[in-house]
Amino acid sequence: MAVMTYREALNLALREEMRRDPRVFVMGEEVGLYDGAYKVTQGLLKEFGDKRIIDTPICESGFTGVGVGAAMLGLRPVIEMMTFNFSILALDQIVNSAAKMCYMSGGQYNIPLVVRGPGGPAAQLAAQHSQSMETYFYHVPGLKVVRPSTPADAKGLLKSAIRDDNPVIFIEAETLYAVKGEVPDDPEFMIPLGQAVVRREGTDVTVIAYMGMMYRALEVAEELAKEGISVEIVDPRTLRPMDTETIIGSVRKTHRAVVLEAGAGFAGMGSEIAAEIQEEAFDDLDAPVARVTGENAPMPYAKNLELLKTPSKAKIAAAIRRVCNA
Amino acid sequence: MAQTKTATPPTRLDAELARRLLTQMALIRRFEEKAAEMYALGKIGGFLHLYIGQEAVAVGATSTLRPDDYAVSSYREHGHCLAKGSDPRRVMAELFGRVDGLSKGKGGSMHLFDRSVNFLGGHGIVGAHLPLATGAGFAIKYQGGDQAVLCYFGDGAVPEGEFHESMNLAALWRLPVVFICENNRYAMGTAIHRALAQTEIWRFAETYGIPGEAVDGMDVLAVRDVVGRAVERARRDKTPTLVEARTYRFRGHSMRDPAGSVYRTKEEVEREKLRDPIALFGDRALKEGVLTEADIRNVEKAVNDAADEAVAFAEASPEPPPEELFTDVYKD
Repeated sequence: MAVMTYREALNLALREEMRRDPRVFVMGEEVGLYDGAYKVTQGLLKEFGDKRIIDTPICESGFTGVGVGAAMLGLRPVIEMMTFNFSILALDQIVNSAAKMCYMSGGQYNIPLVVRGPGGPAAQLAAQHSQSMETYFYHVPGLKVVRPSTPADAKGLLKSAIRDDNPVIFIEAETLYAVKGEVPDDPEFMIPLGQAVVRREGTDVTVIAYMGMMYRALEVAEELAKEGISVEIVDPRTLRPMDTETIIGSVRKTHRAVVLEAGAGFAGMGSEIAAEIQEEAFDDLDAPVARVTGENAPMPYAKNLELLKTPSKAKIAAAIRRVCNA
Repeated sequence: MAQTKTATPPTRLDAELARRLLTQMALIRRFEEKAAEMYALGKIGGFLHLYIGQEAVAVGATSTLRPDDYAVSSYREHGHCLAKGSDPRRVMAELFGRVDGLSKGKGGSMHLFDRSVNFLGGHGIVGAHLPLATGAGFAIKYQGGDQAVLCYFGDGAVPEGEFHESMNLAALWRLPVVFICENNRYAMGTAIHRALAQTEIWRFAETYGIPGEAVDGMDVLAVRDVVGRAVERARRDKTPTLVEARTYRFRGHSMRDPAGSVYRTKEEVEREKLRDPIALFGDRALKEGVLTEADIRNVEKAVNDAADEAVAFAEASPEPPPEELFTDVYKD
């Protein structure tokens, strides 16, 4: 085990997979000479050269489509979105080309493609650079969607994503790049896609949360422990395919569920998880499933308003108390 | 109208080549006529975009390729797929939505794919397959190959950002892609002068510093010569080319626009039909003495039989079983 940052874990995953498989290449804006806008690709140009670390002009749709086309000929592209906010410009290539090619071709052309980069709420980046983008992708059959919360997950899941034969949307977080954690050294360490993890064991209520919300939930859980509320936290890690078995298993144990979501709540991941729980475990529930989500407004710039936009610890704690007292 | 000078002599027509080109064009024509009949009978559903009138482009261009070269197209791709070598029976079965179709009936008319002949698909979003072609070119270069990619699209794709993004990337990175714009003068119902500030489409090549040529898309040998030079450049030094093939679709945009008469005059359509690429080429082959009237009758008979066989094959093929709904969503 080595202690490293989330950013370093991603960098290591890329290096290991590129050393292992010459078909893997990294393409995107500022991934090479600039060493990555967020330094995730730092040093890769030096190690692998400009044949495999490819700086692109600013044309998200164009270079994402290049990735899809290259994947059709057997390469395994890793396309970096400088931030996932820009992926909307490539949405057609991801949704209509990458996700559906295998199906439309009757299985003749699968697309082993990773589109990765940071997403989610960031610090005072305002409406266009600070939002939860997974919503736009997990609805689409043919895509897999990953949101890794810890350095170990970042490494293990990125390696699985690169080795997967399907298009994988891999959304990191600017706010987590500096988080440190233990990461296994084994170059074959991988975390399968579609496997949730219990981050904290508890008996009274299950909180389902990922990325920044998961860390916030951990803090709230410690506070609520002092009040005698035992919180279990499940991190889905992969949003599609979703490991409902682990989520439902936890809810059957605690009989209560609170779903956290940083993005706006309407038709969000929280709605999906809440629906799954009531369909699969309605009789096990002692209280209605609660959702704590981002407010239904674009992300404001002003610090005070920004704090109001994403779920606060106070709001999360209140929802958990409410569910536990029901 | 060519920006680049002719370096190689034009194709010399011999009997074998004449028969091959004529057969392929006639097969596409007959196949499309059959498809239209089958659509009218309700055997084919959805959107059906016929290639009738444009056959010389796909056939002339493909005649310059090796089997290991690639082709990719839009949703008006039956002709490109057949020219690349796909079995007409499996193409028709795909249009019928049957399990023996190229994509097991799950793609349909707009999404023909055939890995066995390196046909990278029919794509339904205008302009979206140009980056895919660019990516295929990228992969060829990455893997050290010398294949070329032919990328067919209509004049309707030229105003799309992805046209310009792809031209820029292919030129910037020097990728072996031949972009073939089939300018049939109408993007659905929008005439080219209502869509493009620059209607000489081949001139966009100048912007990106790559060779660009316009060619009479009704002349199969002219297409063959121009695309042949482009393929040679792609193979030799990874130079991409933009070819503008000036052509015309004799039918409407799709079967839902059968006459195609709202946005163009009947006189115009009749005038363009005088440039029928198959009739022109047949006449030329006769005049040059490389084919006889009997040869042409034999070609017609052969393609009639092939189209009938394609329909019979499609009719006999079962519908895909229900479990096919869920296969190929992901590769295991």
